[in-house]
Amino acid sequence: MSGTLTLNKITAQRGISVGEAAKKIADLGWNPSYVQEAMTFPTDYKIAKAPKDPMKQVLRSYFPMQEEKDNRVYGALDAALRGDMFRNVEPRWVEWMKLFLAIIPFPEISAARSMAMVGRLAPGEDLRTGFTMQMVDEFRHSTIQMNLKKWYMENYIDPAGFDITEEAFGKCYATTIGRQFGEGFITGDAITSANVYLTVVAETAFTNTLFVAMPSEAARNGDYALPTVFLSVQSDESRHIGNGHSMLMSMLKEPENHLLLERDMRYAFWQNHAIVDAAIGTFIEYGTTNRDKTKESYAEMWHRWIFEDYYRTYMLPLEKYGIKIHHDDVQTAWKRLTEKHYVHKVAQFFAVGWSANFWRIEAQTDKDFEWFEHKYPGWYAQFGEFWKWYEKLSHRGQTNILFNSDVGYVYPHRCWSCLVPCLIREDIVTDEIDGKLYTFAHEIDRWTAVEAFAGEYQGRPTPAMGRFSGRREWESVYHNVDIADAIKDLGFVRTDGKTLVAQPHLRFDEKEMWTLDDVRGHILKSPLLTLREMSPADREAHLADYRKGFTINPCN
Amino acid sequence: MTAVPSVSVGSGAAGAAIFPDSDSRKYRYFEPRSKRATHYEDVTVDVQPDPERYLLQDWIISFPNGKGAYTKDNTEALSANWHAFRAPDQEWERTHYQRQSKIEAMVQAVIANGRKSGAPKSFDKAWIKILQNHLGAWKHVEFGLGTSLMQAQRYGYTQMINNATLTNSSYKLRLAQDITLYLAEIGMDIQGFDDAAGKRTWLEDKGWQGTREAIESIMGSPDYLEQYFATNIVFEPLVGELFRSGFLMQTASSNGDFITPPVISAAEADYERNLANTIDLMHLLVTDNQHAAHNKKLFQGWVNKHVALANKAAAGLQPIWSQPHSKPVQYADARAQSVERIKKILGELGLTFPKE
Repeated sequence: MSGTLTLNKITAQRGISVGEAAKKIADLGWNPSYVQEAMTFPTDYKIAKAPKDPMKQVLRSYFPMQEEKDNRVYGALDAALRGDMFRNVEPRWVEWMKLFLAIIPFPEISAARSMAMVGRLAPGEDLRTGFTMQMVDEFRHSTIQMNLKKWYMENYIDPAGFDITEEAFGKCYATTIGRQFGEGFITGDAITSANVYLTVVAETAFTNTLFVAMPSEAARNGDYALPTVFLSVQSDESRHIGNGHSMLMSMLKEPENHLLLERDMRYAFWQNHAIVDAAIGTFIEYGTTNRDKTKESYAEMWHRWIFEDYYRTYMLPLEKYGIKIHHDDVQTAWKRLTEKHYVHKVAQFFAVGWSANFWRIEAQTDKDFEWFEHKYPGWYAQFGEFWKWYEKLSHRGQTNILFNSDVGYVYPHRCWSCLVPCLIREDIVTDEIDGKLYTFAHEIDRWTAVEAFAGEYQGRPTPAMGRFSGRREWESVYHNVDIADAIKDLGFVRTDGKTLVAQPHLRFDEKEMWTLDDVRGHILKSPLLTLREMSPADREAHLADYRKGFTINPCN
Repeated sequence: MTAVPSVSVGSGAAGAAIFPDSDSRKYRYFEPRSKRATHYEDVTVDVQPDPERYLLQDWIISFPNGKGAYTKDNTEALSANWHAFRAPDQEWERTHYQRQSKIEAMVQAVIANGRKSGAPKSFDKAWIKILQNHLGAWKHVEFGLGTSLMQAQRYGYTQMINNATLTNSSYKLRLAQDITLYLAEIGMDIQGFDDAAGKRTWLEDKGWQGTREAIESIMGSPDYLEQYFATNIVFEPLVGELFRSGFLMQTASSNGDFITPPVISAAEADYERNLANTIDLMHLLVTDNQHAAHNKKLFQGWVNKHVALANKAAAGLQPIWSQPHSKPVQYADARAQSVERIKKILGELGLTFPKE
């Protein structure tokens, strides 16, 4: 009713508009004249045009909004406990959270740190508040996720693995993939890492699978906590996407950035695909007990969010600014997920290595088989026998599947670029960096490590670009070491000093739980060091054989 | 054969079964500061890894110079154990938002109620000019420190150091915006109020150039710990508190202004927390069992450098104390108090206040 008086009408007073407020706040900056700002992390990009803030962000409304979001999250966690959530939760699901939540707080806080990098490099102060909010958001995400993990540890039937989480993150053969993701946000060319890799690709494209698809699956498994936390996290992402896009638009203005943008979009898309799809695809498809055939598979969700939403509406339009988009890479990624069973090969790899990790992996069952075959035709022929073997060998007294030659699995080479192994065997390639031989999961991984992460790109000096370093092949750390000694060194042993943290089953019974003695007597080998030790002829023969793949023997 | 695993327990709840470590319900990879880990420690410690703490494969991406994501040489200070520091304010995301949100609610309520009662119109005329020019200039101080600390939070060697720096930055940037919007809002009620005068004063007024130089020197330091040290150990007591508490908060009410003190008061409470964090970290470093002497010498150098700049800044601001009609506090008294304050702070660290 138009003539009605409301409290708001009576008490309202003239205020400044949001646009005016944002404009005044953007005027807080100035160009120093007494002392120039210190050199920061370098970039090869040229950024002359100040990025704009279309969202007109101010902290005055930000903090109360975030507090309210927090109140909902923590209230929901309390409610979940009162509703006895853990009595009905699926342990198969929660076990994978030991891996996921070991990884994710580090990339999150790395994103907070990276705001220092873009905040300094962006001319003007229009977007400063956006970067500030993102910095505090990422601090939020990191600590809220650590809190969630602590909550699981306190309330879930088997806390082992959660209790060593950040230590495990630094050591495991699987978390190394997550470290590649997180370090990618803060190391190397500041724009490549903090803008393109983090914001333009990871946040804009892949947080949909990370923070939306995964929570849906959690809910299907009786876990209401993860959706509560992660959908709240995702609600911050739209602002981050805005920050990234605004910076991207500024960089596009400079034609000399175009070559670098093409390089970085290619690297970032491919590596996000290789890493995020490996991890999140596995959690969603193999961590669930829900086999509803009407729900979307990971590949179907990927097509909706990454292919349709991101590729078609975000990446493709960049072409009109003169950026070459590698359409074939997107198609290749899609084929890897569908025809080449990328996610299933990753899950298989994680399962083979179970004894050297810090969570339980349960065998897939007949019900799972049926669903996989329905969603991924041809799945059973490739993976059915494997999971039967996995179940058979999940009992103590059997030979660890990692070393059991009856199975027929061939341990893979590790990709020097994305750190996921070379699981699509026919795609493995090798190349040399500084005279040393390395293996790569795909030609684009080779390109990333050899051509993109180098001091020159297509004849243009790129002095700010990062390098792949460290002992990147996890297996080389324990080359020629007994698996039991490696597990002990990793700290993946329960406090009785003998029982493994990891188990190949969900039987919560001491008699069923594998110990160091159950796995001792098998020696780990580094595929890379072994390959390097071969003569050139033997190496070629080995690689040819590797590309042919392997066949899992029938499990009787 | 079909694969049908059996689950031995029909519940995923704690206590549903007893087996090795079924009761291991504490993070067991770090030593808590006290007997039991605090919530802050649980959600903070070791999230930023270190090749010396669990990074089995070292950093796996490096800068072109071969350095990894975080290195100890981002500061000249040395530590036998960078991981020992725990922020006394125990801030994590929830406490941070609760505190910032409460402050915003308080500040906005004060401004709205003050404006409703027509308070800005009854501010003393000379005081209005002071708010317009000098509080208007001060917002840039807070902004400069906020952006400087935002930069610094990328470089620290542990999560505890960087998160304390991050929240400090967040507090400073919030205050800069609070002042900006406060002035814009009361400016609508005061005829002839020039909202752009603050920045002009900051950039051009001779009295403010010492402060600008001090701030730009902090912003320009390539050492993140020097930025953190100079902000909280030197600049804040000698210039920040001097101007905020020693002038604005004490002079406002006698010039008809009861709004500015509560808007500014949050900053003093912010500073108490940030100071506690900084002193604790610096105290660890000046009592380090291997590098105490080195750090003390380094810090004394930072004190000497930034005190000289802060003294010049404070002296430049001195004439402002004479500008209000009502002058309940003298510059000399406020200055003496701030010198006393920094001497106490430096005393905690075994450092000395340089002779003027």
